[in-house]
Amino acid sequence: CRLRPFSCEQGLLSRPDGSAAFLQGDTSVLAGVYGPAEAKLSKEKPDRAVLEVLLRPKVGLPGVLERSREQLLRRTCQAVLLQALHPRTAISLVLQVLSDAGSLLSCCLNAACVGLMDAGLPLSSLFCGVTCALHPDGTILLDPTARQEQ
Amino acid sequence: AAPAGPLLCGPGLRRSEAGLLVTKCGLLRHRPGGGGAFWVDSQQKRYVPAKGDHVIGIVTAKAGDVFKLDVGGSDAASLSYLAFEGATKRNRPNVQVGDLIYGQLLVANKDMEPEMVCIDSSGKSSGMGIIGPDGFLFKVSLGLIRKLLAPKCEIIQELSQLYPFELVLGMNGRIWVKAKTVQQTLIIVNILEASEYMTAEQRKQAFAKVSG
Repeated sequence: CRLRPFSCEQGLLSRPDGSAAFLQGDTSVLAGVYGPAEAKLSKEKPDRAVLEVLLRPKVGLPGVLERSREQLLRRTCQAVLLQALHPRTAISLVLQVLSDAGSLLSCCLNAACVGLMDAGLPLSSLFCGVTCALHPDGTILLDPTARQEQ
Repeated sequence: AAPAGPLLCGPGLRRSEAGLLVTKCGLLRHRPGGGGAFWVDSQQKRYVPAKGDHVIGIVTAKAGDVFKLDVGGSDAASLSYLAFEGATKRNRPNVQVGDLIYGQLLVANKDMEPEMVCIDSSGKSSGMGIIGPDGFLFKVSLGLIRKLLAPKCEIIQELSQLYPFELVLGMNGRIWVKAKTVQQTLIIVNILEASEYMTAEQRKQAFAKVSG
């Protein structure tokens, strides 16, 4: 039950209000947070901030898998973000996959959390993610690599 | 003896049913005067308008009697033409689109559009108003502005020994600098931008290189 060595870096991008890079072994994800910024009239909500998550894969256009992961990330971030403090604004979280060597979803979750922290957005708590794989003989593997996931 | 007065919770702390909630990451600071105050000293780039802040705004539109300014938040701030010192209905201030204005936020909460004024409660301008022509406006993080606004800031004292210059600091992360020549202005801008991550030693070396 061992995790790969992981590291993270904050504030590496100059344009977004908050940015973070999270590395778990060979898997790395770059997160950029913009907000609270002006929201389009059609998308703004009168009592809370609107959170938008964009997950970009390393190659190709975002597909159905990316969309479902975006929804999961959005629900997680909405649970901790104090959206009521910034009504009628939009917060954008853009994640770019730099390399994928297994446990991509948990790496995205961790990068999102560190990115939201770096942007100074009010959070009620922090969150993190770890991927678990169940071996056919019953043992649990933590933070599997791509080969172990197969 | 226990301090008298209510305990203040500053930025980064919120009161909830479960007690005190920490909402931002940073250093916890404490001020012991009059009941005590706690706040979290956090770092961010995005400005959220707060009442009483002195900010630099850029005029984006003139809508009848009111100017719309961009202060870096999610909403544009409004500034009435009567909110200048000595302004009356006949004597309007000469403000064009694209001008820089240094003023104070009178109204700023999450539900309303922010409002700015360029006079204080007694009607005097006390340094606020239209910022003159020329000069250079640039953006830094909010933590650096708070560091520069601390009394007896070393960076400003060392800079003032280099060349004479005019400096306006806005709490929304904007700084306006004007020196005698363009080159001196740019040197001051570069030093201010770099001083966020320089130690005192590196700063002294940078000054020696510039003035020597």
